[in-house]
Amino acid sequence: MNKSLIIFCIVVLSSFQMMGQKFFTRNGHLGFFSKTNMEDIKASNESVTYIMDLSTGEINISALQTNFQFEKALMQEHYNENYVESSKFPKAIFKGKIDDMSKVNFKMEGVYNAKVSGNLEIHGVTKPYSVDAVFKVGGGHVLAETNFKVKCADHNIKIESSLKNNIAESIDVNAKADLTELKK
Amino acid sequence: MSLLGDSDPIIYSSATFKSTRVINGQSIENVAGGVMDFRVSHRFGTFNSGIHKMFGLDIASMRLGLEYGLNDRVMVGLGRSNVNEEVDAFTKIKIFKQVESGPKKMPISLSYFASMVMRGTAWADPNRDNYFTSRLFYCHQLLLARKFNDQLSIQLTPTFVHRNLVETKADFHDIYAMGYGGRYKLTRRLAVNAEYFHVLGNRLPSGNTNSLSLGVDLETGGHVFQLHITNSASMNEKGFITETTGEWSKGDIQFGFNISRVFTIKEKKPPLAQ
Repeated sequence: MNKSLIIFCIVVLSSFQMMGQKFFTRNGHLGFFSKTNMEDIKASNESVTYIMDLSTGEINISALQTNFQFEKALMQEHYNENYVESSKFPKAIFKGKIDDMSKVNFKMEGVYNAKVSGNLEIHGVTKPYSVDAVFKVGGGHVLAETNFKVKCADHNIKIESSLKNNIAESIDVNAKADLTELKK
Repeated sequence: MSLLGDSDPIIYSSATFKSTRVINGQSIENVAGGVMDFRVSHRFGTFNSGIHKMFGLDIASMRLGLEYGLNDRVMVGLGRSNVNEEVDAFTKIKIFKQVESGPKKMPISLSYFASMVMRGTAWADPNRDNYFTSRLFYCHQLLLARKFNDQLSIQLTPTFVHRNLVETKADFHDIYAMGYGGRYKLTRRLAVNAEYFHVLGNRLPSGNTNSLSLGVDLETGGHVFQLHITNSASMNEKGFITETTGEWSKGDIQFGFNISRVFTIKEKKPPLAQ
């Protein structure tokens, strides 16, 4: 009798704790792809920090620009030195929130589609974005993924006219992360 | 949500110089791992050689080089120069890198450079005993560089050159020099460079001079064009440091260029598919 009371208490308490629960990862993925007739440029960053508050739907993402790996070393150097100017603006940061929390239920396994809106800072310029994201919930994990486009000009990233044919004006971005509970 | 920003990773300084050379001398930069750099270097004759030589444009010293990054820290290179029919082989190794921000502090980058040069010209005196080793020259350098900001980088290059065979008995086999190099970036594609090698302790014959070069770096995608004026004809380290005879004050100045074209031989692990 006593035992089941304790178990009951634990279950109740832990579900309360769930309300303010934060999920996170330091090994999230952020990739981008620029396609032009001249060349394809691909880069990915596998050490992106994602933090999500499951009760409020708040999502923060932080990526170090210098951690983007390119296929060609010179592209990587130019990306950091000439375009995003990593020494001045070392991080790309997203701060946002799930628009409608009734669309998701993080306590139940399943796949949920929801819009996430927030501000994305790249190259020192912050712009509002609203993207469609997918959340797969199950087994203590939340798998979050979204695809969206970023225009270089929106973030004051200048591309010289001689390279307009090599670098797309609008870059495809893929964000994907496997979040687990943050243990304090 | 306070966790963002508390991860404080180390960011190393990058692109201290545009190219693996300041002008003649090595810069702190290596070609990246898996990247091949094909270099064509050219020095015309001196400006004061007169109209019959079209102020130097008729004369050409050149070096062709193939240089490769074994990884991001170690590069090797091989070059052929028509000055004294020389072949040079070298390695450049990054020991540590300047930290721009992060929990560790490191104000400078340090690399080690070593080269061997084989001179191919016919023996000055074929009748004496000539050894293959007499054709060899060695050079060791430490490269200490600091990127002060996005524009200004400065490099100090303590140098030791050993020559197995020297012209006269009075000549020293070992030469010590200090190199000073700097660049100032004007735009994201254009930088100006200056370089000076000071031979220490009067160990060279009186006709020899210190190498002084001024130039610009122009970058266009995979190419770097380095255009410069210099009083040195040789394009390997022991050559421009110990065999320069041109004097700026007398107009023994040569126009020259280095063209660098990089090819990615081995691509880095491909990023995840989109």
